[in-house]
Amino acid sequence: MAEQKMLDVEVQRQDSADSPSYWEKFQVPYRPNMNVISVLMAIRENPVTVEGKQTSPVAWDMNCLEEVCGACSMVINGRPRQSCSSLVDQLPQPLKLQPMSTFPVIRDLQIDRSRMFDSLKKVKAWVPIDGSYDLGEGPRMPERKREWAYELSKCMTCGVCLESCPNVNSGSSFMGPAPLSQVRLFNTHPTGAMNKDERLNAIMGDGGLANCGNSQNCVAACPKGIPLTTSIASLNRAATVQMFKNFFGSDHMVD
Amino acid sequence: MSKDREFYWRRLHSLLGLIPVGLFVTMHLLINYSATNGEESFNKASGLMESIPFLPIVEWVVIYIPLMFHALYGVYIAFTAKPNLNRFGTTRNWFFMMQRVTGIFLVIFIAWHIFQTRLQKTINDVEIDYNLVADIVSNPGMLAFYIAGIIATTFHLANGIWSFLVSWGLIQSPKSQKVTTYITMIFFVLLSVVGVMAILAFV
Repeated sequence: MAEQKMLDVEVQRQDSADSPSYWEKFQVPYRPNMNVISVLMAIRENPVTVEGKQTSPVAWDMNCLEEVCGACSMVINGRPRQSCSSLVDQLPQPLKLQPMSTFPVIRDLQIDRSRMFDSLKKVKAWVPIDGSYDLGEGPRMPERKREWAYELSKCMTCGVCLESCPNVNSGSSFMGPAPLSQVRLFNTHPTGAMNKDERLNAIMGDGGLANCGNSQNCVAACPKGIPLTTSIASLNRAATVQMFKNFFGSDHMVD
Repeated sequence: MSKDREFYWRRLHSLLGLIPVGLFVTMHLLINYSATNGEESFNKASGLMESIPFLPIVEWVVIYIPLMFHALYGVYIAFTAKPNLNRFGTTRNWFFMMQRVTGIFLVIFIAWHIFQTRLQKTINDVEIDYNLVADIVSNPGMLAFYIAGIIATTFHLANGIWSFLVSWGLIQSPKSQKVTTYITMIFFVLLSVVGVMAILAFV
């Protein structure tokens, strides 16, 4: 039998939210078609470093395992991406795993993405249809519009665009590309468009749209191929119009 | 700064960079170019500028106030970024970084440049003419500093025009943004040639 091939893995670890980070090296038995999650599972089975030191299993988040939930995002060999869809055979070694440190680290590779969900609330990323009576059917949406709006709806709030953005960091209040693109999605929806001024005014607040510096890393990094920079440029135009409406307009805030 | 005013400050920053600061810089470099026709030609062109009525008001409203706002707010913007070129080496990420690096450099360069020229007139009542500039660039180190300043300016302006067009929502599609990148970079090269030829005419 051939000798067992081993994978070199380096993990940036952190024991708690406030403690300093440190690196640990592991060797994991290689199997064909491994993804990064299966590498982490192998470490969990046998949490011993290359120096032979017994250590705690590495903590990380995962859920769907098919790149639609966004929970397992981490920095793999310097690039933020999902660990479920990162295949070991396509990655150079040693594997270097780091948390997306733009977000608060909870433990090891686990991060707290709450700020994204807070931003979605702030920008009202939903279509309000609740009422005390039946509002009836909404307006129809042209099929060709639905086709590209569907691309925007693929956002899984994974945080990769925020991690790749140089303007999202602890020294800035920028909400990042993902919630902005959701504003474009819900402002495109025929019923959602009835409240588009509210969403635009929300992203014209602090930490909003104007913080984009157009490094355009987000669109290069997005695992779902969402045209984030096109969304931002499109919102820039909508915000320009809204800005003039707010100042010069009278009672026509929406249309 | 009061709450929820960031959007307007940013838009103002973007607008002022183009009008009037960008227009002034282009004009400035074109007037400098007259030095390639000799000392007399430059002195005549710069003298014409000095003959503008209400010159101090024009200088403050068109140049100093917009420029100072653009510079100060720009430094703030530059220092809120956390560069990540090692992760993303794309053209746009490089331009993003260059825009901030040239911006910081230009604050230093322009402060020095104004001190060496315009302020000398105020403080020491020195005549701003061909000889003043020729005297400055007779020092090779100063010449290099000025050439670096001119090229940083033209890049910052050319890329700033691109950013302006995106920030105000005029160019949205990836294709239009790409084509505009080429056009602004051609503008960068052409204006750099004008600026550098002009400064070399003083040597």
